[in-house]
Amino acid sequence: MSVLVDENTRLLVQGIGTEGANHMRRSIAYGTNVVAAIHPRRGGEQQDGVPIWTTVDAAVRETGANVSIIFVPAPGAADAILEAHAAGVPLIVCITEGIPVMDMVKVKAALAGSKTVLIGPNCPGVITPGTKTRVGIMPGDVFLPGNVGVVSRSGTLVYEVVAQLTNEGIGQSTCIGVGGDPIIGTRQIEAIRMLNEDAGTKAIVMVGEIGGSAEQEAAAYIKEHVKKPVVAFIAGATAPPGRRMGHAGAIISGEDGKAENKKAALRAAGAYVSDSPAEIGATMKRALQERGL
Amino acid sequence: MKLHEYQARDLLASQGVPLPGGRVASTAAEARQIAEELGGRVVVKAQIHAGGRGKGRLVAASETAAMFQTLTTDPANNSGQVKGDRVGGVRLADTAAEAEAAAAAILGKHLVSIQTGPEGKLVKNVLVAAQTDVAKEYYVAIIIDGAQGSPLIMASTEGGQEIEVVAHKNPDAILRQPVNPAAGFEPYVGRVVAARLGFEGDQAAQFTKLLEGLYKTFVATDASLVEVNPLVVTTDGKVLALDAKVTIDDNALFRHKDIEALRDKDEEDPLEVMAQELGVANFIKLEGNIGCVVNGAGLAMATMDTIKLAGGEPANFLDIGTVNDPQRVVNALQVILEDPSVKAIFVNIFGGMARVDIIAQGVIDAHKQLKIDVPVVMRLVGTNLAEGEKLIEESGLPVIRATELGDAARKSVEAAGKVA
Repeated sequence: MSVLVDENTRLLVQGIGTEGANHMRRSIAYGTNVVAAIHPRRGGEQQDGVPIWTTVDAAVRETGANVSIIFVPAPGAADAILEAHAAGVPLIVCITEGIPVMDMVKVKAALAGSKTVLIGPNCPGVITPGTKTRVGIMPGDVFLPGNVGVVSRSGTLVYEVVAQLTNEGIGQSTCIGVGGDPIIGTRQIEAIRMLNEDAGTKAIVMVGEIGGSAEQEAAAYIKEHVKKPVVAFIAGATAPPGRRMGHAGAIISGEDGKAENKKAALRAAGAYVSDSPAEIGATMKRALQERGL
Repeated sequence: MKLHEYQARDLLASQGVPLPGGRVASTAAEARQIAEELGGRVVVKAQIHAGGRGKGRLVAASETAAMFQTLTTDPANNSGQVKGDRVGGVRLADTAAEAEAAAAAILGKHLVSIQTGPEGKLVKNVLVAAQTDVAKEYYVAIIIDGAQGSPLIMASTEGGQEIEVVAHKNPDAILRQPVNPAAGFEPYVGRVVAARLGFEGDQAAQFTKLLEGLYKTFVATDASLVEVNPLVVTTDGKVLALDAKVTIDDNALFRHKDIEALRDKDEEDPLEVMAQELGVANFIKLEGNIGCVVNGAGLAMATMDTIKLAGGEPANFLDIGTVNDPQRVVNALQVILEDPSVKAIFVNIFGGMARVDIIAQGVIDAHKQLKIDVPVVMRLVGTNLAEGEKLIEESGLPVIRATELGDAARKSVEAAGKVA
């Protein structure tokens, strides 16, 4: 069992420049069912054996694609998300980094109240190792099928956490990189809710970072609803205040933004908080042992 | 990207926001000229990218660090009670001659305030604006509320003071009014905020118009912050923006070339400017001695955290991003080595979108192109690891290898000579 992506995923790739094409190949090699690619001027051609359409609308009607991954450069990325949404793609994963915030304001308003799920932008994507479904840019070989779910704002920290889990022999159900931008489609609390309701997930790792109050929202949900063990790490405890650390979200702004306050909220919610990013895997191992899982 | 007050005023004025008359001057003679045009009674304000200007001190470049120490260690020095010729980057003048003298005292000096840091800020320009007789001060700002995905107006009757202090002491004194981005600034938004701030009649109408101008500026410029503190009602009943602060979303600068041209690189850390020019965008200078090259902002922050936990101090935050060209790694190392306090370099790469072999090639190229005389600790994991490993092996470089994050951090701290 898993969430968001699995053996029924029929993947469509928007943006097949160097990076998009490269990661499409890697997803195919990992075992993912890639059914279509989009390029505005190369309709009718193929890319690595995948048929190309000029519009998402046509690709969805012809191939039954049900997940889209977006690599379109920042100036056109919001348009690409809206195109996929309009074509009725139920799950959209946007990898693109550097989208203007006002563009995402528009996207968020357009998606409000619809059933479309958007993951990202500025995210590593979603992967379910058990069904070999990679909708993202992560290095597939560090993942191991299993039943720990991972939620992270940061992409590289997903890989870091997963490598540690895999080294401990702990496999993963689904790993979700929700993205580092101030406005994202699916927030940590929603990703944790999905994993909490998934029968195939028995424990959750949540990687947050300084800035905003998403970790406090998640902590409130965990306290109320989550019986599964949750291991948490907050990146940026040592960052100087007021500076934007790459992720626009990671500006310490106000009391909720501070790592200490996020950790305190998560501890109060019953989470196992790891102070060191190097000990997240070991902390999960201990948590699983303590709970007899 | 931050803007100067005089630049922000121009943006606001173009959207109909009423401001006191005034212009920027770069010489005392120009300041006098502007003051004459405005009738003599003016305020002369140092234009720097930092707050606390009014209570700041004007000193020579050699004196900034000592002055910063004085201001930050003894609260009495920053109370606003100290008088003297060196005190105050914002000065009132009753005549054009006084305005000229005030500008002469400010221009060319380094202004040190509790927000400038120990380097202070060189004052190249002053804003000369008409004095205003203030009856009441307010605070108004527009930001993005990430959780709601919409612009948010924040306003308070507690204007004219540091809003962070208000937020801390009395959070209820700040009202929050979201704006539906699809509908935009409908008249009700202005009516609601005006009423909650206690505006009535003609002043409510004036305030609503001003607020709409701020919202239009926010949207038209892709701002991440528009802030007016204080917004004032004058003794003769006018509603004016007495200060202006606008910060632009860096990601949107590609569609605002005119605003990008307003960038003042002198206000930024020289190392960070150099990093920008070399295509190493996400670089922030810190105080420690371990230079960091990392991919991904989250891992970069976690790397700093791990170094601290191992007893060391990072010299920088650097997210090298998705590297397609080894030269970017060379450039990153060049920026880091520019900092004389760097005693070791920690390259921590977990390849996903970024490829380990390109990073490895970059480190090898850097050893050929640059003089690297500090130890380099390399931890490589992820996409194209085998190819990267092979390159490093064959190069025979004296790099310190590590595979696990905690171990790599400990080795970096040891290499920098600060054993945990």
